[in-house]
Amino acid sequence: MIKNISNLGDAAVYCDFGSDVNEKINLNVISYFNSLSKLVKESKINGINNIIPSYNKLIISFDLSITNYFEIRKIVLDLNVSNKIIKNHKKIKIPVCCDDEFGLDFNRLLNKTKLSKEEILELYLNQEYFCYMTGFIAGMPFLGDIDKDIRCDRLETPRVKVPKGSVGITEQFANIYTFESPGGWNIIGNTPQKIFDQSNLEEPALIKPGDKVYFYQISKKDYLNWNE
Amino acid sequence: MSNTYFEILRAGVNTTIQDKGRNNMNHIGITVSGAIDQRNYILSNKLVNNNLSEAVIEFAFQGPLLKLKNGKINFSITGDVLFKIIKKNSSVEVGTCYKNYTLEDEDQIDIISTKNTVYGYLSVNGGFELEKVWNSYSTNTKANIGSNNGKKYSTEDKIFIKNSDLIMIKENTISYNQFSDNIIRVIKGTNFNYFSRESKNIFFEQEFLVTKLADRMGVRLSGHKLENTISTNIKSEGLVKGVIQVPADGNPIIMLSDHGTIGGYPKIGVVISADLDRVGQLTPGSAINFKEVSLEEAQNIFKAYTDESNKYLNECN
Repeated sequence: MIKNISNLGDAAVYCDFGSDVNEKINLNVISYFNSLSKLVKESKINGINNIIPSYNKLIISFDLSITNYFEIRKIVLDLNVSNKIIKNHKKIKIPVCCDDEFGLDFNRLLNKTKLSKEEILELYLNQEYFCYMTGFIAGMPFLGDIDKDIRCDRLETPRVKVPKGSVGITEQFANIYTFESPGGWNIIGNTPQKIFDQSNLEEPALIKPGDKVYFYQISKKDYLNWNE
Repeated sequence: MSNTYFEILRAGVNTTIQDKGRNNMNHIGITVSGAIDQRNYILSNKLVNNNLSEAVIEFAFQGPLLKLKNGKINFSITGDVLFKIIKKNSSVEVGTCYKNYTLEDEDQIDIISTKNTVYGYLSVNGGFELEKVWNSYSTNTKANIGSNNGKKYSTEDKIFIKNSDLIMIKENTISYNQFSDNIIRVIKGTNFNYFSRESKNIFFEQEFLVTKLADRMGVRLSGHKLENTISTNIKSEGLVKGVIQVPADGNPIIMLSDHGTIGGYPKIGVVISADLDRVGQLTPGSAINFKEVSLEEAQNIFKAYTDESNKYLNECN
């Protein structure tokens, strides 16, 4: 449930679902997102520019020349949120090569976790992760939660360029860099799989909020020969 | 398809196609993009009798040098821009912004630089020969989405121009007033109370400087480090243009059109919609002051901003 609604500037509504990060709260955020998106698609609301779900917040930006905070706030409060829209969530398996040339931060992780590379991968791979949100850059999924023993803070100095396809972890989360980008996550491998495909106009992002994601290890040879 | 095009003889620093922006895609990480200065974007279209949502060329600091091939067009440039028109016979005319011009085959437009601002806009009557991606022409260079395969223009690229009927075009001018002060109005952000009492006062009372780290993603400020007394990180959440985030180093960053769709730094404030064009146009070294306004005041100021835009639009035929 929404705990508080406020304005974020003069052209966005800020819905706060609390401070905890867990699947239950996030699914509630996604339900609101789905219900509002449906109204926008059916042209039942005018002026909404973007609806941005995250772990425990939903931000709705709008065109101030068409509507305003009070109108959108009322729509959110009056919303009949249907949980049954959430049923088409997918299970997605992502190949990842964890050779040292791709796993850029294993040395750091070995130091911080006091585990071996094999132990880290044992805890990380073939686990079910929940997609909380996608964003920052196109199609980047924020997945969780990873095992407590392999959690680690961000790099003290973020990289200027994280290679495209890099698979990273930080705190309780895992992600995939869909494009080369600046970033501070601990990189443990790289996937040859296309996570964002702009030629797919209907569904460019492979992984969507609510989906379940598994990582499995592939060899360098399979990585190089990967063919979707 | 038309065979009229601009040949790019010099690309300029950051020359891209922009429009109103690409909406309804933030939830998968695709940022809005779009013209940084939305008012100058629509005015450039109006001057050449275009639909106000037509695609335009946006340039920053040094603009492009363009040669017209296989046609005759009508164009306009808006912003605070120094440019020349170089005729086929080598005669040179210094250009005036907020006025439309006819350009003959083989003539050149040399956009030398913006003056006290960062961005300028070039529109041609009829628009450019481009295809929308997710309902927008805007170039998103981060994810390589949109016009020119999502890339900024390079020397030797061609920009095709749609066929237009020049007979109908009348001379248009707008008497545009450039902004004269550097007061940026702000509504308190959702994490305003994360900051120390002293830092809250500094934020609204002291001057901040625009640094060189300013681009279409955002503008980093310096001058006063804002002290966070609660947490220098929040759980990542959505962002909108105008949000002022404060990372652990205490220097505020104002989000512009190409900002990441989510961010994890506390939000001390949000620039009001009416002041977004001005914020985007601030040059490195500019000193600015933030002034707090309420939501109601911001809505009224936005109405005045819209009225002023309409006044400019009505100066055209």
